[in-house]
Amino acid sequence: MTSIEPGTAVRRQARSARGWITAGWGVLGVLVVLLLWEAYKFLGPAEGVTIGAVDGESGSGVMILPRTHDRAMPHIWDMVGRLFEPTSGGSTPPLFVSVISAALVTLGIAAVGWLIGVLVGGLLGLLMQRWKLVEWGLLPWIVLSQIIPLIAFAPVVNAIGNQIDRSGTPWPQWLSVAVIASYLAFFPVAIGVLKGLEAPDRIHLDLMRSYAAGYWPTLRSLRLPASVPYLLPALRLAAANAVLGAVVAEVSIGMRGGIGRMLIQLAGQASSDPAAPWGPTFGSIVLGLIAAGSVAIIGLTLSRYRRGEATA
Amino acid sequence: MTTATTPIPVTDLAVKASGVGKIFPTKAGEVTALTDVELEVAAGEFVSLIGPSGCGKSTLLRLIADLDQATSGELTIFGKPARRARIDQDYGIAFQQSGLLPWRTVGDNIALPLELHRVGKAARAARVAELTELVGLTEFADRYPDQLSGGMQQRVAIARSLAARPKLLLMDEPFGALDEMTREYLQGELTRIAAETGAAVVFVTHSIPEAVFLSDRVVVMSPRPGRITDVIVTELGDVRDESLRETPAYFEKVTAVREALHGTKVERANER
Amino acid sequence: MTSTLPGWVRFAAPIGVGLLIVVAWTLYVEFGDAPRMLPSPAAIGNEFVLRWDIIWDDMLITGTNALIGLTVGSVLAVIFAGLAAAARPIDGMLAPLVAMLAVVPIVAITPILNTMFGASSQFGRQAVATIAAFIPVFVNVLRGLRQTRPVHRDLLRASAATGSQTFRFLTLPTALPYLMTGLRIASSLAVIAALVAEYFGGPSDGIGTSIATYAKSGRAALAWAYVVGGILIGLAFFLVTSLLERLVARRSPV
Repeated sequence: MTSIEPGTAVRRQARSARGWITAGWGVLGVLVVLLLWEAYKFLGPAEGVTIGAVDGESGSGVMILPRTHDRAMPHIWDMVGRLFEPTSGGSTPPLFVSVISAALVTLGIAAVGWLIGVLVGGLLGLLMQRWKLVEWGLLPWIVLSQIIPLIAFAPVVNAIGNQIDRSGTPWPQWLSVAVIASYLAFFPVAIGVLKGLEAPDRIHLDLMRSYAAGYWPTLRSLRLPASVPYLLPALRLAAANAVLGAVVAEVSIGMRGGIGRMLIQLAGQASSDPAAPWGPTFGSIVLGLIAAGSVAIIGLTLSRYRRGEATA
Repeated sequence: MTTATTPIPVTDLAVKASGVGKIFPTKAGEVTALTDVELEVAAGEFVSLIGPSGCGKSTLLRLIADLDQATSGELTIFGKPARRARIDQDYGIAFQQSGLLPWRTVGDNIALPLELHRVGKAARAARVAELTELVGLTEFADRYPDQLSGGMQQRVAIARSLAARPKLLLMDEPFGALDEMTREYLQGELTRIAAETGAAVVFVTHSIPEAVFLSDRVVVMSPRPGRITDVIVTELGDVRDESLRETPAYFEKVTAVREALHGTKVERANER
Repeated sequence: MTSTLPGWVRFAAPIGVGLLIVVAWTLYVEFGDAPRMLPSPAAIGNEFVLRWDIIWDDMLITGTNALIGLTVGSVLAVIFAGLAAAARPIDGMLAPLVAMLAVVPIVAITPILNTMFGASSQFGRQAVATIAAFIPVFVNVLRGLRQTRPVHRDLLRASAATGSQTFRFLTLPTALPYLMTGLRIASSLAVIAALVAEYFGGPSDGIGTSIATYAKSGRAALAWAYVVGGILIGLAFFLVTSLLERLVARRSPV
């Protein structure tokens, strides 16, 4: 029978109390942002603030604060209200329904992309830790890969995907989006796994060597548990990147049904329907939060390995 | 036991502690780190604090340095409260980790307390030159701490603690992280420097031979709660050189301190 | 156990891998069934040299946006990190906000920014680059400001240093390497953000819009030549900030 020391219960209460306090501050922060928005709308100049403008030359100068009229900056309650109005007039479902379904599509694709990225990144990390030569050869390219803009890859991957599809093996369009999302997701995982597997102390490695433990037992009993504090922030970052990659790829390829395309579409109609683009915008924000939150849940199950986590 | 005939005026005492206690509040309840400490350190006297972990020796040193505040009792440094003494820079301090700032050269590290107190550039340079010579590191004045060995870093820390010419040195196991040979060498240097500058020293240590070699008196402490249990007067004279380590008198005193540490003294020896 | 490989392998290995990639790529284009969107490296190089003038013009646009984003973002990040380190309430409000910002696709707000500031303004892209740079610099500087070691804090307290003296002599030098790390991370993020944001609207200049335009019109090699231009900007930012980081980190307290 296990007995819980009085200290543990007190500590757990203290931790959950801290959680509520953090959440409280967060809500306060969001409220402050909303207040600033409305305050600027109320107090700011109608045409915004431009520096360096030349009289008579329209479009000159740099606008550093936006125009405050309702077409450029809708009221917050207008944005919220718009969510409940039909998506594109008439009997189409309310905007928030369309946003949610588009967000779910993108989330699903991002999840697949994340999985692929985690597998590939994890494998690369393992290989790089195992053989120094592989690390030296591959790591610079892996780092460089993130400087290559996504926009370049999307059409290529889409074209290759179409080819594969035409030659017999089915390859739906969303899979191309997932592959592009995985391209952004694999990088933090590869780095995190590499750092994490190399994290154990010299003393612990010597200990395993004294037990004549080979590569695989050492990996299982020492390196993998020691890598958890590095792995979890990496997985979180990979999730956020996968969402980003999915959204950009959707726009790039022109995939229907996802939230990326909805963003562009509604932004195009912004002059007649200014509050509408905010719907998918909020949707993308929530999407990112859900993705990161899901990884945090995974983290909870691994809590006993997280003695000192490095923040991404 | 010493037998002092006339009481020494408070202002001449480097440290006077009466009834000093320290209680730490922790999540698991209160911890009594120190209780009812009575201690007097005369000017120019070398006193060691020795005892097992948790006996409060480092806590007592931190109270003297005003890095923590006592929860009970009275503590004066040269007749002033600890806070005043710190602001007036009446003491110099050396820690177990040398605590050198890694982005400053040896010379700049030694000069740090002087720089903080707006001593002029020329005066600083002169003092740094004096001190690097005192600790034997003149050629290393422009090096960085990571280019020095542990023993050399501690010598720089000692030089820094002397920068403002304090009459009291506080040292918290400064040789703890060093090997035995370097330790013995630095112990010799420390007694020489203390004698030359006439400073009083309060020295925290784990090592019985070190305490006996360096000090005029060894204050033995014990934990739970942290308190002084005994004071051994070493009576080994003012000149402490390497030959001392082999004399019978030295070994006797080491034994005396060891017995005091292991012994089950029920009564606290009140110290004079 | 790691074998002791000669030092030159460290440089030869990635170059070797790079050559392998180029060779495999060329062979795939020549003999494989490569799509038109993937031209050979030679063709890309050709276009790049031929069209250098227009590529450079667009590089300037995107590069300037990224630079403005990096600069403004870093300055704001340092200020806010300083505020957060000094005042608990500010830290409490900022921490969740920044954590949220870090996981959301920032480029998603570009269309809205273009609406707010007008479609002919570069502001939307600069704002996105600013936010992208702000996050890593803020996180790193805040961490750096909190990294002073207890023994150093004791030392300054024992030397009766005032608050501002402690800041100048200890907190600032301790935080500096963290600032440099943050800048290094922020540099690539700012470039990518400035580039990807172009894809979500705004003026019709910049590397990103050119890539998209030429890709759509089927001029694959030219589109890829623009990609090379984008990579060069990113590399330049990365190398400069990495160098700065190396210079400062030599005497870090860790």
